[in-house]
Amino acid sequence: MTTAAQTGAAGFLARYEGLKDHLPGARKPWLNALRADAAVHFAARGFPTRRVEQWKYTDLAPVAQASFAEPLTMVDGAIALPVPNAKHRAVFVDGRFRPDLSALEGLAFRAGGLAQDLNAAEGLLGALAKPATEPLAALNTMLFEDGLLLDIPDGVDGGLLELVSIAVDPGRPFAFHPRHLIRLGAGARLTLIETATGRGQCLHNPVFEITVAEGASLTHGRMLQEEVTVFHLSTIYATIAAGGTYDNFTVAAGPRLTRNEIHAALTGPRAACHMNGAQMAADGQHVDTTTSLDHAAPDCASRQTYKTVLAGRSRGVFQGKIHVHRVAQKTDGYQMNQALLLSEEAEIDSKPQLEIYADDVKCSHGATVGALDADSLFYLRSRGIPESQAKAMLVEAFLHEAVETVTDDTLRAALTRALDTWWARQRKTA
Amino acid sequence: MPAVTETIETVQSVTESGYKWGFETDIEMEFAPKGLNEEIVRFISAKKNEPEWLLEWRLRAFAAWKAMEEPRWAAVKYPPIDYQDSYYYAAPKQKKAPKSLDEVDPELLRTYEKLGIPLREQAILAGVEGAGETPAEGRMPVAVDAVFDSVSVATTFKDRLEKEGIVFCSISEAVQTHPELVRKYLGTVVPQGDNFFAALNSAVFTDGSFVYIPKGVRCPMELSTYFRINAKSTGQFERTLIVADEGSYVSYLEGCTAPMRDENQLHAAVVELVAMDDATIKYSTVQNWYPGDAEGRGGIYNFVTKRGACRGARSKISWTQVETGSAITWKYPSCILQGEDSVGEFYSVAITNNYQQADTGTKMFHIGPRTKSTIVSKGISAGHGQNTYRGLVRIGAKAHGARNFTQCDSLLIGDLCGAHTVPYIENRCLSAKVEHEATTSRIAEDQLFYCRQRGLTEEEAVGLIVNGFCREVLKELPMEFAVEAQKLLQISLEGSVG
Repeated sequence: MTTAAQTGAAGFLARYEGLKDHLPGARKPWLNALRADAAVHFAARGFPTRRVEQWKYTDLAPVAQASFAEPLTMVDGAIALPVPNAKHRAVFVDGRFRPDLSALEGLAFRAGGLAQDLNAAEGLLGALAKPATEPLAALNTMLFEDGLLLDIPDGVDGGLLELVSIAVDPGRPFAFHPRHLIRLGAGARLTLIETATGRGQCLHNPVFEITVAEGASLTHGRMLQEEVTVFHLSTIYATIAAGGTYDNFTVAAGPRLTRNEIHAALTGPRAACHMNGAQMAADGQHVDTTTSLDHAAPDCASRQTYKTVLAGRSRGVFQGKIHVHRVAQKTDGYQMNQALLLSEEAEIDSKPQLEIYADDVKCSHGATVGALDADSLFYLRSRGIPESQAKAMLVEAFLHEAVETVTDDTLRAALTRALDTWWARQRKTA
Repeated sequence: MPAVTETIETVQSVTESGYKWGFETDIEMEFAPKGLNEEIVRFISAKKNEPEWLLEWRLRAFAAWKAMEEPRWAAVKYPPIDYQDSYYYAAPKQKKAPKSLDEVDPELLRTYEKLGIPLREQAILAGVEGAGETPAEGRMPVAVDAVFDSVSVATTFKDRLEKEGIVFCSISEAVQTHPELVRKYLGTVVPQGDNFFAALNSAVFTDGSFVYIPKGVRCPMELSTYFRINAKSTGQFERTLIVADEGSYVSYLEGCTAPMRDENQLHAAVVELVAMDDATIKYSTVQNWYPGDAEGRGGIYNFVTKRGACRGARSKISWTQVETGSAITWKYPSCILQGEDSVGEFYSVAITNNYQQADTGTKMFHIGPRTKSTIVSKGISAGHGQNTYRGLVRIGAKAHGARNFTQCDSLLIGDLCGAHTVPYIENRCLSAKVEHEATTSRIAEDQLFYCRQRGLTEEEAVGLIVNGFCREVLKELPMEFAVEAQKLLQISLEGSVG
């Protein structure tokens, strides 16, 4: 292959040129136009550098300098699935839907692979993503092959559904860019539990487009637990109509580089959005949570709580922006991000941001950064608890606070398990 | 006049060494032609009879400036500035000055009255010809740097300052009288190529203050530039350098509470502070340049670089600013906390009304161990005003036990304005503790109702509430300044309610 030598943006563009007639939907003009437009944007911008304000603290050079191939068409051998959290699950291997591993029977709504159902995606795909301003969304649009398509009709309670993404190590670097489309009709409900696992030199670059209609409610729990060789760069776009709710809980612990980017827009009165999460990193890892919340309608509320724990030589980033438009009177916006440093070599960078154009609002943000509180440690030790145990208790308490507000028991248990798994591993290596 | 002879000789030597001026090198000339090039920089330097090293220094700044691009990241909008379309060296525009107070804009006088400024001061502030020839009364004990003002307001306290060994003069004078001090510290905090506007200032600065406080001296009075700038319109590219040697203390006041006449639209000042072991510098600013009219026409662009270096152990630099004027404010008074246990403070009130835009904040660089910083910022937006707090707190890997606390509060008055907060927090030290809080709200109906019920007008009520909102900052101002600043807040918000 002549393109094999090309790295980064040029490599992906060459791949697109070579594959565009074979990608899913290649005979659909609307989709071709979408991909071609994304390619133009990606060609113009390439991978963002640290000179781009939104990427000031996260260096994509390791991704931009690498050369990633496509995943293998056939994956041999048994695939280890994580312990199920729900009866219904959609399983993706290397970004491709695997009906044989999934369990979607008996659902009262459309749920399945995007590639087989592209006609249903027209009007939904590309409605929210912004390839012009976000190069990773452009890259995804250009090269996506598959993804999850969920369409829940008005008033239907979709219950609990699992989205499992597994990357299988083919022994060479590879990249996949799944596109997940989720629509909840008026008054519909769903709890989505997402797990990402995987190994090998890979780039997992998913884009979500989530539409929550009037009065609908989506709870989206995410556990990004790939191994330390993986680059996980995910971008979520969500739009929430009047009275609707989108709750996102993310636990990011595992990949070499994690970017958890969420763009949510509250477009109707009394819409609500909660974004919470815990991100952890140890030696050589980099975690980045970047959120942007658009209050574009009056009487909306948003709550964000993010926790970062850094061990070893690691770096954590939090960037959160709340934008309140002129029409968004009576906005109630709150954001808190806290970071705990466990090592002399860790670095945390935080940029909470408010941009407010309406006067009758209540917006606040807070940020704290520091080591474990000496007084708390002393208190525990004075009661006979050994230092290492006392430290562990404080770290656990700090992390668990991020998932305290999850109301769904199954989801909370899954998220807590993800937190505890990471912390148990840290304690062992420390 | 030996100085003049020397100047002529300098200019001649430059000319004879093969340098082509491109215009008439008349040493008596009061104007350099429009535009900015190396010749203008040489002209300014020659005109000020500067030593060779300073000319070189300016030229390096100019070379850096030419290679730079104007910053665009601030949340402010303005039409492109043509840097070749202004004068970089011009004598005072005396002829335009009004002959008496009768010729001054009555609107301006009404404001003075509200501020309670004595008549004579009003005349000086309004730039009335000859009004500054005798020192204004009632402003003691503030030592005013008016040394190089052509009309020379006497520096009453000069003797007393000299007795203490304090140097307080214009920077041009300091270049002549204390070249070793100026050379040692100039550009060490804000290097010539620091940013676009600082580079421009370094190349063409014509004016500014120089303060040196010797070891162990506590400056016996507040130092101020109160009258200097408005007496003539030379404040455009100001350069201030304040050095506080070991164990010394100085409090410096900049600006004035009354609105000032000024024909220069672009102001690009640089202020450098250096504090050695156990030294303290308190720098207070009240900025009330012309903000433009109610439709947003005209007004000053205030693009300022202010930075202090806490070089010594236990040194302290405290910035307090009340920013009510200028069409555009772009300034980030910062502290480089190098010395162990050094302290940086930033207290700010910024008001934007009508079409004013302010993008202001601070940077705290924690380098030494146990360094501490406090940031309190109060932004008030009214009318179509846009107000942004932009700040950075950076804790280096060796700043063990460093501590920062930041509080940014924004108040919105009316639904056409904007309030924005952009803090950056970067921490590389385990034992450091950083806390940041920001809130945005408007004046509550019940607070207004409560005040109105007690017979206050709506404007008075707003004034009262705003003053309460800004209290934490205003209490940091020197007493007499604080009283004037309170009145100023009220006046700045006129027409924003009701």
